[in-house]
Amino acid sequence: MSLTATWSGLRHTVWVLRGNLVTAIAAAAAILLALVAIFGPMLVPYDPVASDVPRALQPPSALHWAGTDQLGRDVFSRLIVATRLDLAIAVTAVSVSFVIGTVIGSLCGYVGGKLDRAVGRFVDVLMAFPLFVLAMAMVAALGNRVENIVIATAIINLPFYIRFARAEVNIRRNLGWVEAARACGDGHVSVVLRFLLPNVLPAMAVQMSLNLGWAILNAAGLSFIGLGVKPPTPEWGIMVAEGARFISTGRWWLVSFPGLALMLAVLCFNLLGDGLRDILDPRMRT
Amino acid sequence: MGTIGATLIRTGRRFLSSLPALFGVLVFTFLLMRVLPGDPAVFFASGPSAGNEEIEVVRRQLGLDRSLPEQLGIYLYDVGRGNLGRSMMTGQPVAKDLRQRLPASLELTLTALVIALIAAVPLGVLAALRPNSLIDHGVRLFCSLGVCVPTFVSGLLLIYVFYYLLGLAPDPTGRIDVFASVPPARTGFLMVDFLLAGDVEGWWAAARQLMLPAFTMALFVIAPLARITRASMLVSLGSDFVRTARSIGLSRWQIVVTYALRNAILPVITIAGIVFSTMLGANVLVEKVFSWPGVASYALDALLVSDYAPVQGFVLLMASIFVAVNLLVDVLYGIADPRATVV
Amino acid sequence: MMSPLLEIDNLGVTFSTRRGLVEALRGVSLSLQPGEMLGLVGESGSGKSVTGFAVTGLLDKAGRITAGRVKFRGQDITRASGAELRNLHGANMAMIFQNPRAALNPIRTVGAQIADAVLSHRRLSKQEARAEALKLLRAVQIRDPDRRLDAYPHELSGGMCQRVMIAIAISCNPSLLIADEPTTGLDVTTQKVVMDLLARIVAERGMTTILITHDLGLAAHYCRRVVVMEQGRLVEEGAPQTLFRAPQHAYTKRLVASSPTATSRVGDLVPADEALPVVEVKDRPTPAPGTPPLLDVQHVVKRFDDGAAAVADFSMTVAAGESVGLVGESGSGKSTTARMICRLIDPSAGDILFDGYSIAKLPARDFHRSPLRKEIQIVFQDPHESLNPRFTAFDCIAHPLLRLTGLRPGDALRSRVEECADRVGLPRELLSRFPHQLSGGQKARIGIARAIACRPRLLVLDEPTAALDVSVQAVVLQLLDRLRREDNLAFLFVSHDLNVVRMMCSRTIVLRAGGIVEQGESLALFANPQTDYTRELVEAIPHIGSPASLLPA
Repeated sequence: MSLTATWSGLRHTVWVLRGNLVTAIAAAAAILLALVAIFGPMLVPYDPVASDVPRALQPPSALHWAGTDQLGRDVFSRLIVATRLDLAIAVTAVSVSFVIGTVIGSLCGYVGGKLDRAVGRFVDVLMAFPLFVLAMAMVAALGNRVENIVIATAIINLPFYIRFARAEVNIRRNLGWVEAARACGDGHVSVVLRFLLPNVLPAMAVQMSLNLGWAILNAAGLSFIGLGVKPPTPEWGIMVAEGARFISTGRWWLVSFPGLALMLAVLCFNLLGDGLRDILDPRMRT
Repeated sequence: MGTIGATLIRTGRRFLSSLPALFGVLVFTFLLMRVLPGDPAVFFASGPSAGNEEIEVVRRQLGLDRSLPEQLGIYLYDVGRGNLGRSMMTGQPVAKDLRQRLPASLELTLTALVIALIAAVPLGVLAALRPNSLIDHGVRLFCSLGVCVPTFVSGLLLIYVFYYLLGLAPDPTGRIDVFASVPPARTGFLMVDFLLAGDVEGWWAAARQLMLPAFTMALFVIAPLARITRASMLVSLGSDFVRTARSIGLSRWQIVVTYALRNAILPVITIAGIVFSTMLGANVLVEKVFSWPGVASYALDALLVSDYAPVQGFVLLMASIFVAVNLLVDVLYGIADPRATVV
Repeated sequence: MMSPLLEIDNLGVTFSTRRGLVEALRGVSLSLQPGEMLGLVGESGSGKSVTGFAVTGLLDKAGRITAGRVKFRGQDITRASGAELRNLHGANMAMIFQNPRAALNPIRTVGAQIADAVLSHRRLSKQEARAEALKLLRAVQIRDPDRRLDAYPHELSGGMCQRVMIAIAISCNPSLLIADEPTTGLDVTTQKVVMDLLARIVAERGMTTILITHDLGLAAHYCRRVVVMEQGRLVEEGAPQTLFRAPQHAYTKRLVASSPTATSRVGDLVPADEALPVVEVKDRPTPAPGTPPLLDVQHVVKRFDDGAAAVADFSMTVAAGESVGLVGESGSGKSTTARMICRLIDPSAGDILFDGYSIAKLPARDFHRSPLRKEIQIVFQDPHESLNPRFTAFDCIAHPLLRLTGLRPGDALRSRVEECADRVGLPRELLSRFPHQLSGGQKARIGIARAIACRPRLLVLDEPTAALDVSVQAVVLQLLDRLRREDNLAFLFVSHDLNVVRMMCSRTIVLRAGGIVEQGESLALFANPQTDYTRELVEAIPHIGSPASLLPA
């Protein structure tokens, strides 16, 4: 039974990808990003932290595809190596808030009442802060370290997952098939775990993909202002920050290439999220 | 039946219901800053001659020797009196620093919001009126790309193009040229103060200085605004009541504007509130890129030297502004949508 | 013979959908004399609404007229420009829509909306338009029209919204009025009031009207000529009394047979050649006197969080194998009662005895562990919403068997599920499909198969056919009736449709605002209601053979 379901799911995915070029490209790009994150450091042409001052601030050339920075380090190598850290921060943060947010949100949506109100208040307080400012304050409070960037990003993502899961569960909890499950002998716990969650998860996965892009931007923003990751660690946000000093004198490559890397990573996850929405929608299956 | 009365009642009620959130914000900010692992007393006392005794003095000065609830009480009392502590960095009261710098941040954020709305709403409407047309695809592409470029990158690229390459923009540091004369500060908003002083040239200079950072920030939020406008306009145009409007032969303008757009604008108002919050956050980045002398860059400088009173004050200020903006959005929504008044 | 106001000639309409082009209308020809009221009836997908939209040039962008002409006063609508259509809309032809609340602009006062309609075709000042709007509100008999002028749609009831919609439609005295399911979704008593008003207004103003409806009774009651549509084609037309008394076309025959009337029986709903094989059921021995009833509901009350009572002091009994109907309009508390009895929600007070055991003592939260869980099952209203979108039909039917009978996945389970599918007439090859791949009728069968899978003794049916077309409803009703007699099932049949309840239930309880108005033997209760409310309900139902339509033409 489940084997045929998996098979039909796979066939459906291929079918959607065939009909949707953009999603297929985004999926390929996401896989490529993951590969770069895993194997990139082994493949780069130069040591990303080795300085070579005589070759400082060279524009892109055949030797240095993305030019060199103020210490003569190869920008391209640094970009590739940075992928792992940037993705790791975003993926960890989003996964943490996804798991915690989904559990709390579905519980609130299904149970309602006092628990729902209390959590709602807490979420309201979190949402009353501009989220980037909140993340900034938390990193400052918890200590200027990479783990804390992850924690801060996870916390500012949390309200969205809680609200989203709550809303998705809430609109379904009084539907006929949920009541039918209870009439068929399922208790509340089983209804939530075996019926509501599987129906809510696809939408949450879409949300997760869209959120990944946002988390990448946030983490890069934090390190841009000097929080979290410290130089000389290669990281996209820091690379932009370091290149910023040279933009007024026309050294465009120092900002553009890490900026482009950020943009492509975010774009890829956003497009993938939009595509996932179509794939996971069972109504689209024929 | 007085709709104004109903709006007032609603505003009051919403204000009351936002008080707990505001209180939560206060407690949260307090806790956040007290969890600071580094001992600020050690930090500020640290000089060549810093001994244990000196640290104790600073600790007592800062009230750090008391219990947590006591400290919270003192903190709340101080905030109630408008006392946000003193910045070690500038040596001034934080409240005064913030008051001086807030207009710069608000001027930037509000200008950006206006630019974004002026650009996004017509774009969204046009795209919705001709779905799948060239303009629709163009808007969609722009939106997809717009949310992907971080403000600090787009800001720097704008500087590269308009300052370095084209030479159209002035030196991208600060609100005004270092040598220019500053108008008497009446509102703190340079654009207004120059006008009040009748200094057109100064106004133009300030406006030019404002353009790049404002566009940087606007670029980032045009995408979500245009996207929601397009989506809600499509829903509106496909709704039963627009079909009714067509069935009685109303003019196209009336159908699109009075019936479809007025309904479609409701979700845009809500999203605009969220967008404003994003912009308050993006302020930190944009002010850093353009050396804009606003509250965010002030807090950031303080944060990097672990001067925590300004950071605390800034976070509190941002949250209060945001609560106030939400209240405003809510009131606007109540005026725009009669259904909201009954709730 | 006058020249016709409207002439539809061989009209074809195609919709482009995700699955390719769909022909919605094929070769439809009709003509309408001035002052006539024509009924356009058919089931969902028959193309009746599309006809209305094509005639007024209001088809949405996906729809395209591919053939034929629509001549309105000699002018071809299909070739009219946007400006020409705009001049016709409102001034010469107007529409009334289903779901009146959605059809009105939610953030504009009804007065302003009526004034918009007036001003679009007449040169008047704002004050004059407002005065005109007031006059129109009076014409549609809205109480307190001065105040209603400044009301928003959400402040009005569904019936009131439909009156406002009528006021908008007639504001410029159009010669053609198209009413598309104008009373669907309204309670039966409101339906009667709105339809009577509409009929009077169009008669007074001499408007030509097309009444589009799925309800044969409604069309028969108000129209002199009725056209039946099926799958985009006209199949038959004529005066209602001849058309419905002696239908010629096979489809009309089936449609007429399946529409419940005041006298129809379950067995008559489906033509003999399509009916399910009749099962001989021996009469069960009447239970010995003194045996407790299967279900005994005692003084049950349900209060909501705000203290308002949805159900107040409700008592009833159901004997084994008996079928009891629960009727009432929206808000009468009938669904809440059904859910309490099914132990999905807890009553605030009172007791429920099943087979002599109190089942209200065990909270609904824990009732899934009760051995009585499998004895009480429920069939839900919307067949689509009642099936888990991620379950195949097989999973849906197997679910209660796995949870309540201890069967494990395997051949035994498969054969039980297939047996259930056979019993409800669901082809076995459909068992591997997901709900969205099935039709409404098939989904309804799955819902029923799931409910009877564990052989319960009491089946609660919450509006089981309300979302279905009449021909599908007929089959489902017949199926339910047979299952009941085969298994000696007791039914608690909740419905707003009195004709259905009368057919299906030996006893009926009329609910209103959470309280019992009247109860008794179904036939007697409907033939001779004792209370005004029940009488009003009974009289509001339009019947195919109702007296108004039998008047000489």
